[in-house]
Amino acid sequence: MAAHHLAQVNVATLRFPLDGPELAGFVAQLEPLNALADAYPGFVWRLQTEDGDATSIRPFDDERIMVNMSVWESLEALRAFVYASRHLDVMRHRREWFQRMADPYLALWWVPAGTVPTVAEARDRLDLLARRGPSAGAFTFRAPFPAPAGAAR
Amino acid sequence: MAAMDTLPPDRDVAAIGLLQDPVRRALYGHVAAAGGEVSRNQAAEAVGIQRGLAAFHLDKLVEAGLLEASFRRLGERRGPGAGRPAKLYRRARGEVAATLPPRTYETAARLLAETVDQAGADLELQAVARRAGREAGRRLPEAGTGAAPAVERVLAARGYEPYHDGATLRLRNCPFANLAGEFPVVVCAMNLALVEGLLEGMGQPPGRAAMEPAPGRCCVAVADPSKDNED
Repeated sequence: MAAHHLAQVNVATLRFPLDGPELAGFVAQLEPLNALADAYPGFVWRLQTEDGDATSIRPFDDERIMVNMSVWESLEALRAFVYASRHLDVMRHRREWFQRMADPYLALWWVPAGTVPTVAEARDRLDLLARRGPSAGAFTFRAPFPAPAGAAR
Repeated sequence: MAAMDTLPPDRDVAAIGLLQDPVRRALYGHVAAAGGEVSRNQAAEAVGIQRGLAAFHLDKLVEAGLLEASFRRLGERRGPGAGRPAKLYRRARGEVAATLPPRTYETAARLLAETVDQAGADLELQAVARRAGREAGRRLPEAGTGAAPAVERVLAARGYEPYHDGATLRLRNCPFANLAGEFPVVVCAMNLALVEGLLEGMGQPPGRAAMEPAPGRCCVAVADPSKDNED
């Protein structure tokens, strides 16, 4: 097994209440998309409450901001799920449901295999990306960094 | 010699020049349309020339960077008597382009795509693409005929390289490949809206187009209207 896995966080600001008619299309896709992710090659873990998703986790002062986190075996596995599966068809509607955020809305970083990141850590990674731009500690699909060499500490 | 700098690279010019020869053009067309690996025999047969001549021209196309070659043993037999591995050809992944005078539309496209992404203007771009597709579809001589071959021909003329997969037209080539690789959400959604508009302009239900992403092809698929009466 690889020594490192790829962790991912993305945040999105709701334009309307999650239980309103405007978000019905998004809410309807949650379960099928999460099921697709769970069975997708290279999937390791995703953030979820007992509801089976992460929509009730609002870790920011602005409570309209939702958070989504997952861990994958490789960058390629995550990229294939995000951009080459049915997930892309849902993402094309993102502006109907979510506001564009000024700060980075997605951060990637490597974690020792077998560990999962916390929401607090994910906030730090987004913050790091906003302050320093892409680095080994927090990067993006367009500016990726390779996994650390050797065994995880 | 400064003027030389503005000419396209020799390699690209040479590659395009190679396709002036009708035999090479036919061979390249056959391998590209096959969507996978093609043997010398298959290519020779498709174009109607001798195997040796096909081999010569195919290797020229490899040298020019238009095709890629690999060796693989065809058939089940292994060990002595299995014969030499066959040389197989597929379209090269790299792009060849020469524009005179120099134009770098891709640089502009990348900046525009990044701007749309940052501004969150996905929906505005989709509306513009749908309208442009609709207008282009209306201007076509095929508009209103609604015939399946017309849709296929129009997509082919736009570089999508459509092929049949059961009752679906899939598109082998993404005309925006580099840009779509960098800004998939923005560009693939734009592309779908464009195809929806084209269908609408031609008098077809735009809902025939759908996003069905998979690695190695355009993410748009079109339900084939010719299959309507075969249920």
